[in-house]
Amino acid sequence: MLNNFVMPDLYPAAPEIFLLCMSFLVLFVDLIFGATHRGLAALLTVVTLLGCAAITIVTADGHTALTFSNMFVDDLLADFLKLVTYLAVIVVLVYSRQYLADRGLDRGEFYLLVLYATLGMMVMISAANFVTIYLGLELLSLSLYALVAIDRNASRATEAAMKYFVLGAMASGLLLYGMSMIYGATGSLEIGGVAQAMHHGQSDKTILVFGLVFLVAGVAFKLGLVPFHMWIPDVYHGAPTAVTLLIGSAPKLAAFAMTLRLLVYGLFGLADDWQKMLLLMAVLSIGLGNLAAIAQTNIKRMLAYSTISHMGFMILGLMSGVVGGVVDPFTAVNAYSSALYYTVAYVLMSLGAFGMVLLLSRAGYEAENLDDFRGLNQRSPWFAAVMLVIMFSMAGIPFFVGFFAKFAVLLAAIKAGYTVVAVVAVMFSLVGAFYYLRVVKLMYFDAPVDSAPITAPMDMRILLSINGVAVAAFGLFPDALMSLCTTTLLRSL
Amino acid sequence: MNSQLLSLAIWVPILGAVPVFLLGSERRCLVRWLALAVAVAGFLVTLPLYTGFDVQQGGMQFIEQLPWIPRFNIQYLLGVDGISMPLILLNSFITILVVLAGWEVIEKKQAQYLGAFLVMSGLMNGIFSALDGILFYVFFEASLIPMYIIIGVWGGPNRVYAAFKFFLYTLLGSLLMLVALIWLFLQSGGSFNILDWHELPIGMAPQILIFIAFLMSFAVKVPMWPVHTWLPDAHVEAPTGGSVILAAIALKLGAYGFLRFSLPIVPDASHYLAPMMITLSLIAVIYIGFVALVQTDMKKLVAYSSISHMGFVTLGFFIFNQIGIEGALVQMISHGFVSGAMFLCIGVMYDRMHSREIADYGGVANRMPKFAAFFLLFAMANSGLPATSGFVGEFMVILGAIKFNFWVGFAAATTLIVGAAYTLWMYKRVVFGDVANHHVAELTDINGRETLILTLLAACVLAMGLYPFPFTEVMHASVDNLLKHVAVSKL
Repeated sequence: MLNNFVMPDLYPAAPEIFLLCMSFLVLFVDLIFGATHRGLAALLTVVTLLGCAAITIVTADGHTALTFSNMFVDDLLADFLKLVTYLAVIVVLVYSRQYLADRGLDRGEFYLLVLYATLGMMVMISAANFVTIYLGLELLSLSLYALVAIDRNASRATEAAMKYFVLGAMASGLLLYGMSMIYGATGSLEIGGVAQAMHHGQSDKTILVFGLVFLVAGVAFKLGLVPFHMWIPDVYHGAPTAVTLLIGSAPKLAAFAMTLRLLVYGLFGLADDWQKMLLLMAVLSIGLGNLAAIAQTNIKRMLAYSTISHMGFMILGLMSGVVGGVVDPFTAVNAYSSALYYTVAYVLMSLGAFGMVLLLSRAGYEAENLDDFRGLNQRSPWFAAVMLVIMFSMAGIPFFVGFFAKFAVLLAAIKAGYTVVAVVAVMFSLVGAFYYLRVVKLMYFDAPVDSAPITAPMDMRILLSINGVAVAAFGLFPDALMSLCTTTLLRSL
Repeated sequence: MNSQLLSLAIWVPILGAVPVFLLGSERRCLVRWLALAVAVAGFLVTLPLYTGFDVQQGGMQFIEQLPWIPRFNIQYLLGVDGISMPLILLNSFITILVVLAGWEVIEKKQAQYLGAFLVMSGLMNGIFSALDGILFYVFFEASLIPMYIIIGVWGGPNRVYAAFKFFLYTLLGSLLMLVALIWLFLQSGGSFNILDWHELPIGMAPQILIFIAFLMSFAVKVPMWPVHTWLPDAHVEAPTGGSVILAAIALKLGAYGFLRFSLPIVPDASHYLAPMMITLSLIAVIYIGFVALVQTDMKKLVAYSSISHMGFVTLGFFIFNQIGIEGALVQMISHGFVSGAMFLCIGVMYDRMHSREIADYGGVANRMPKFAAFFLLFAMANSGLPATSGFVGEFMVILGAIKFNFWVGFAAATTLIVGAAYTLWMYKRVVFGDVANHHVAELTDINGRETLILTLLAACVLAMGLYPFPFTEVMHASVDNLLKHVAVSKL
């Protein structure tokens, strides 16, 4: 047996291996110095992520490299998504440092779990095989379940974690069942192999579509699309805000990668079928997300419903790649890059929005109700302006990045002939504008109820300011990021 | 010639607003003078647009072209013709007056107030000069943000309702326009250039749909009956400066949109739907005129009179003759001065009495004779008295309408009676008679700053009424060009 063993090429997986090794270091450092030097684990985590970023940049050569017997792929798309993921996780760590310290949650476990969640995302992003996808997904999900419950005395968080776990496990089951069906029909677990088997047309379409339904359900759960969205508001609301910030940002990138690799790279032959399912879910998500967000008084819940509608928009872009079963490369790249662009833009805005919630929270006080934003303009004109930019960006008002994200998606959808769907989507974003405007109204029109000074540390203030400026800057000069997304996809398809 | 004048007109006020915001509201004196300096600079950079304008040429001038989003072929493409150039000047001019009008009255967050108006001014210049569909849309939408804040923060008691209504109403229309813009982009094979769209052949059914999408957007802005209901609310609740900008400039955006988008891009649909547009315009002119008559709140009265006057503008556009369109354009500029002046006059009284109810006033002339004289001039202009600017536009549109159809012209002409009735009746109740109560008895006449503002406006109103040639001269070639274009079918 041993003679047949071929040492896999570890080079494409270098960032993952580095992160894994470093996580052990974090574990040991926390064990030895955890009691005396509390900030050390956090610092080391950030250093790890920066190291991963450096390795990813150095090893990125623009070529697609497969390794571990074609289970793992390193292409430009993976490099790009990983870099954004590291960035998002670093931002999460900086934003949440004070919040965690105030609540005694800044223990080694937190940083370790964040690292493993990041590793899970990286594996999902680079997966070239159904099994790899599943591995990455489980690593991410299990870390997140634990993170949600990390404040073990909070009953609301424990309840949310339980709900997340039960529903998440069910979704994983659905995904796995779908994968097994497709394996049965095509005889391959490799994404490329599945695509080839389907291309040759020797697989049974009935079984394939049957498997596809389960697969799409699993994916939709992870993205939080209606009708698989139930967990999102409860988990966002129940989890400590620092964890909500993590769940609401980086994993969306991994979920995007998973969707793209499964449906576009793997099951492109069934595009006609999954397109219809995604279309329906996209419209429902945009509609329900925006309508339900209006009724919320808790900003975390409100942002949770807004996430649902944003993911609906993203999927609207993704599913516009194929027109009536005919593949036109221009349309396809347009559609996928619009979805990628939307995801990156959403992560940027989501970080800023939850960052603002963290900014206003302090020891013993959770600023998670909409009313906590009242009169922010009088307490801090600068951060009120940052939140204003983020809210208008989420509402899709120019000159902010959110507008161009919506624009790219609408363009892709109309190009694919879904003009009526586009009109429905913009009408629901009109509804959505209402609750974003309400936040601006609270900040600017109303008098403050809470006049405590904002005590966030300087690093968070600076980063949050940069975050807000970035939302505006990517809106004033949207071409760089748009072209980057397009180039990445062009060279990875 | 690649000049930077239009970029200056857009970015001088916007970038000038940054130090105004940063200074904060503590250093009130410095903030005011800085804001005024920026506003004046913003106006001065637009003057060469008039002096350097070639009146013989009907096409675009002062063109600036840079790639902005090459990924979708979106350009930073600016240019003006005889239709948009006067509006840019008007906007920059009115901005100075608005800054002056907010000099002492605004006590809360003055830096943000003045800064918001400067940003607004730059964005509106952007709307009037953008020749790229998305650039236009981006400016069009972005201008909602400062207005929303202005109404909501410095407005009257019901400001929140008014701000939301204003924002959502306008957004409804513009989102449909966005879909139409993207459709045109795809149809034209990848161009967002408005001038390319002018040449693009489009079938009748899509033309009608596009016309409706644009109509939704522009009709709300104008506002046309029956989507006008946001305007009285917004006007009543907005601070004086906000009302002035809304009436003088923001309403012109919709009318301008008809000329830049609807008529040239979908001429056949415009002709086909012209009867509907004329009917809606006449309803605005006559019915809203009567609605204005019964108002008890001065600002509401002027707001309804704005809607009625803007009905004249849309009427002028959709009768498709030279004198009608030019009259409508003159009416737009004139209405900018007159409605701005009316709101400023009401502002002057409101600052002293904190009431807009006509019933609370009476005999103001006894205490404020100088003010009463200015107010009379503007009231006369509002009712279309010859030798004021109000007359020129209305007269031209009525002439054009009679050429088109006698009864349309006849119906439009009734406004000369109704308009005079509601304006002068209000004037009589507020200004003439005996001093009504002790509040009026304590009124003081206008100070130097207010006199300056009203004198500037009075000069414009009279100049335009007595000698409108400099205004019509610049429009002539462009309107000619537009009409030639609209006459050619795209089917």
